[in-house]
Amino acid sequence: MSELSDLYQQAVLDHNNRPRNFGRLQNANGSAQGYNPLCGDMINVEVVMDGDTVRDVGFQGEGCAISKASASMMTELVKGLDRKATEELLETFHQSVTGEIDMDMMEAIDKLGKLAALSGVSEFPMRVKCATLPWHTLKAALVGEGEKVTTE
Amino acid sequence: MTTPIDNAEAIRLRGQFPALNQEVRGKPLVYLDNAATSQKPQSVIDAISDYYCRYNANVHRGLHALSEMATAEYEGARAKARNFINASDDREIIFVRGTTDGINLVAGSYGAANVGPGDEIIISEMEHHSNIVPWQMICERTGAELKVVPFNDDGELLIDEYERMLGPRARLVAMAHTSNALGTINPVKTIVEMAHARNIPVLIDGAQAVPHGPVDMQELDCDFFTFSSHKVFGPTGMGVLYGKAEILEAMPPYQGGGDMIKSVTFEKTIYNDLPYKFEAGTPNIAGAIGLGAAIDYVESVGMGRIFDYEKGLLHYAHQALSSIERVRIIGEAREKAGVVSFLLDGIHAHDVGTILDTEGIAIRTGHHCAQPVMQRFGVAATARASLAFYNTRSDIDALVKGLDKVIEVFNP
Repeated sequence: MSELSDLYQQAVLDHNNRPRNFGRLQNANGSAQGYNPLCGDMINVEVVMDGDTVRDVGFQGEGCAISKASASMMTELVKGLDRKATEELLETFHQSVTGEIDMDMMEAIDKLGKLAALSGVSEFPMRVKCATLPWHTLKAALVGEGEKVTTE
Repeated sequence: MTTPIDNAEAIRLRGQFPALNQEVRGKPLVYLDNAATSQKPQSVIDAISDYYCRYNANVHRGLHALSEMATAEYEGARAKARNFINASDDREIIFVRGTTDGINLVAGSYGAANVGPGDEIIISEMEHHSNIVPWQMICERTGAELKVVPFNDDGELLIDEYERMLGPRARLVAMAHTSNALGTINPVKTIVEMAHARNIPVLIDGAQAVPHGPVDMQELDCDFFTFSSHKVFGPTGMGVLYGKAEILEAMPPYQGGGDMIKSVTFEKTIYNDLPYKFEAGTPNIAGAIGLGAAIDYVESVGMGRIFDYEKGLLHYAHQALSSIERVRIIGEAREKAGVVSFLLDGIHAHDVGTILDTEGIAIRTGHHCAQPVMQRFGVAATARASLAFYNTRSDIDALVKGLDKVIEVFNP
């Protein structure tokens, strides 16, 4: 039960029910489609890049609570970051959900901010891809227009 | 009159399946993912172990005692499979890796030889990917076209549409006996009769039918029928392709190699007789022996009794799940077997699956390798509980309790 409440923390449920930055962007200049062939889940991430900086970011699609919450939190965190900082955050996030970062390391949690609410995923290896799909899609969107990524 | 399986017997039978007798995440395992794969009785595990411990040898080759025994058991399994589906001849039973392999064999051999540009292959909208993709590949190779019979909102095939598609260019019909995603039992006998009236051969994908009730090749009269061992309580990597002897005789080999030949020279190779023409290389001997043991097992329980028992349990599961306000059942065909696919309003199937798993309940969530079915209902994924004769009403009660838990987690 404790593992379960770690996974579905209040913040995760909240972002699932009221996803932030959900919908299309008017003036996107980068986008990518992410697909998880194991479950059929699909996500679209759009970005407005201002030089090297993520000015705006939005997502759409169909997914489970974990992928939706992860996407929603991601959009809140990366606005204003440059490419390098975004990719570093992705890397740290990836390590936290795969259990490579010990969650007692407060420094890492600080860096992740709200995303620490998703660290419970590390106890559910089958769900790691749900959490990381939005991030890989964002990474592809930073590269250009109309990119496609899958979890496999 | 045979006595029906009752709850006490189901519990006794369950005791013969070691994997069912365990705790998962601290809870007694409730296994409701039988359409993905079934658990194995001790007798099947013992038969495989016995082969490797006592008489492991290659078949059809050696003169020594072990090889003779292995060959006898391997061919004995073929006879059991023939009898199990009431085929008329052992030569009509080809051992394959599973249903997918069986369909690929027919597509690659019969399809490639008999289908040309502008011809049509008829499948249905409820097929598993394994009964879609091999035909798409043949269409790509030959310039043939795939025709897809739709189904209604309950998940029942539109037979009128099917009839319209049986035109002069139709060369083959390939249909599921029972849908893995919806549980619909298709009117396969009618499907075969209608195609045969126009001299079109029919392949039936029996993967989800064979574990849940009797099948009879004489009665069904289809040209090809294929099923997987692992869904009928046997080992993985094993399956059966049945084909009518005269059709198999006329088909070119699927793969070349040892055991499928009579003689080989660099100038000319003479192919072996049926069924060996289609069994190149050392076969899955342990798999065949395990399947033979699985057939012995289900026949000792009785396929008719299994069908009746599961029908009652499925009805109970439908009623129990329908009583949950937020559940929507996907697939309500009048004739159904073994499967309840459902959605929980506002909660993604993967979240349902994860939370049930923490309660020790195993179901399948996702698209069930039937994405066109998901598209038909406009969903990305469903949750699916699928039954076997070792499940009981208390498994269904546990599922309902688990779903209450899911709702509680999402609406604290």
